[in-house]
Amino acid sequence: MAYKRSIGVHTYIFDTLADLLARATPLRSGDVLAGVAARSELERVAAQMVLADLPLREIIATDLIPAEIDEVTRLIGETHDAAAFRRIPATTVGDFRNWLLLDTTTGAILRDIARGITPEMAAAVSKIMRNQDLIAVAAKIRNVTAFRTTIGQAGRLAVRLQPNDPVDSPRGIAAQIVDGLCYGCGDAVIGINPAGDNPAQVAALLHMLDEIRRQYDIPTQSCVLTHVTTTIEAIERGVPVDLVFQSIGGSQAVNDSFGVNISLLREAHDAAGQLRRGTVGDNCMYFETGQGSALSADAHHGLDQQTIEVRAYGLARAFSPLLVNTVVGFIGPEYLYDGKQITRAGLEDHFCGKLLGLPMGVDVCYTNHAEADQDDMDNLLTLLGVAGCNFVMGVAGADDVMLNYQSTSFHDAMYLRSVLGLRPAPEFERWLIDMGLFNGDLRPMDGPRRAEKLLGMKSL
Amino acid sequence: MSVSDDELVQQDAWSQLRRHTAARIALGRCGNAAPTAALLDFRLGHAAARDAVHVPLDFEELQRAVQKLTALSVLQLHSDARDRAEYLRRPDLGAKPDQASAALLRRAATADACDLALVAADGLSAAALTQNLLPLLQILLPKIRRAGLRLAPFCLVAQGRVAIGDHVGAALNTRLTAVLIGERPGLSSHNSLGVYLTHNARPGVGNDKRNCISNIRPEGLSHEAAAEKLMYLIGESLRRGVSGVALKDTQSVDAGGRLRD
Repeated sequence: MAYKRSIGVHTYIFDTLADLLARATPLRSGDVLAGVAARSELERVAAQMVLADLPLREIIATDLIPAEIDEVTRLIGETHDAAAFRRIPATTVGDFRNWLLLDTTTGAILRDIARGITPEMAAAVSKIMRNQDLIAVAAKIRNVTAFRTTIGQAGRLAVRLQPNDPVDSPRGIAAQIVDGLCYGCGDAVIGINPAGDNPAQVAALLHMLDEIRRQYDIPTQSCVLTHVTTTIEAIERGVPVDLVFQSIGGSQAVNDSFGVNISLLREAHDAAGQLRRGTVGDNCMYFETGQGSALSADAHHGLDQQTIEVRAYGLARAFSPLLVNTVVGFIGPEYLYDGKQITRAGLEDHFCGKLLGLPMGVDVCYTNHAEADQDDMDNLLTLLGVAGCNFVMGVAGADDVMLNYQSTSFHDAMYLRSVLGLRPAPEFERWLIDMGLFNGDLRPMDGPRRAEKLLGMKSL
Repeated sequence: MSVSDDELVQQDAWSQLRRHTAARIALGRCGNAAPTAALLDFRLGHAAARDAVHVPLDFEELQRAVQKLTALSVLQLHSDARDRAEYLRRPDLGAKPDQASAALLRRAATADACDLALVAADGLSAAALTQNLLPLLQILLPKIRRAGLRLAPFCLVAQGRVAIGDHVGAALNTRLTAVLIGERPGLSSHNSLGVYLTHNARPGVGNDKRNCISNIRPEGLSHEAAAEKLMYLIGESLRRGVSGVALKDTQSVDAGGRLRD
């Protein structure tokens, strides 16, 4: 069935729901590259007007990628909670936006109906929302998860400490961990992107992180961001694995390109869960996503990059993850061209993930060939803080010397916590004070002896 | 009344750890922020990286220099991406020659197969080519000649991506194609050159068929080491008739799982 809208003398026609969603999407280079973007500003708004009048039921009834060829579509269908959906007192996408913004639509209500919202519903409503709307609604929702720390409570912001090293040098990694801990970072996870996917090297890094954690009794979890099969192998060999990491996408084909599928993720989830290494909770998965990954794998099925991104969140929520991180500016300018597009995408991802019930974090980042700089990152970071983001990245000096991109720094995390009055995860906050790194007002303790204990780190 | 830097900047007491890493640790702080010197140092790195992406390369000058150094005929090619803005948005266009360049390649084709085509492209860093191409060729060319390899005309490509080498390989009928290309610049490595070697490079070949040598620059992998590595890969690839994953280097970690440090 085609969708139509006349504006003046011109009638805009959208052949399919996928086409309508794509044309309604705020401009980004990836959709232009895929040939699915609106061809004019008027066409974009015409699509948004059609979308606003579209019944939510029609979105639920339409498979954007056929179920026969796509297990993500099947999962989304099977896990949809029809009873929760019926509690949403809105029939169209436009009304859904209005309802989400009501004062009476509280975070508790949104959490209760989260399983009634499909990824495509979330994507659709986000396309007609302003940045302000995306922030206002996300700020109401707290999706709290836990392992050794509790992440996502109101008034708190956690940070992934990301001590990457170009050759996985233990000392290089340990030095960055000391730096990050002294700046109050590491409560979301201490997570290394390894330089190689070699199982022996991954195991060595996992042992090292576990040793550091135990040496100082740090209430946090560790992760080496390697392929899920490598992590399963490590678990089988008795290597201390806290979290299972995996990059995922919103179609079976993109997950194929990552070498994963639902059954493999389930196997990994069960293997890590059985270790029972969490102390205050049992969320043991760490997923990363990002707009553009499906198109770059030629696995987008004609969908716009934001819609297929939200489908990845539909997959993620089947595994009750501790952390979901959208790596928003890493992929490059052919998908998100500049600071404006990166900002919009970051807010959309965060909102849609939160709406679906996920513990969303954002890697606020850019590469040097994108039209973006530190000022754009400051803006997005601040907006996400206001929007109640669960966690952000902490990279020494914002410069990841292994992955060669710029993320947010340990300083940035302190800035955000300070200007918005946000505190670290409760267990980690106590540890920071007990270690003498921060005072009771959560300001860093000064003085030359501040890091003395940490300088005795065995890996140094 | 003025105060000194020492009074304004809260120094971090772990600056001795800097010797272990190139990461920006122990920067100190003013309130929550990085001190002015660290801020400007970061900005300088970003400026160099941005310039590497955007300042155009003087291809005519480079063509003359390559010709003089190699005594090869040098083809000056341009991709289908008209300018930087289009190049950045449309990777597909940077991966194929424009009409005039395709015609130039057809005219340069010979009936006999060549062993190797060298293709230099600006990629994402013009600085990588201006600073590394000639020094690398100076070391590489004698090795290639000693190995008795038959070289195709040298190709210089403006607004080029790695896969443009596949069109060169097809047009010039080469067994091996080595694309020397400016890599995505990092904050402290704006001038890194990468080399992608592909056996039987033809349009549509997968990335798993390429071997990559990365981070070639005076402060990274030296020109001498890069040339040696490339010659090794060239030799193995010609001998075994494959490239890419099938040629992959063996592990750099020993069986005990100890890390390189």
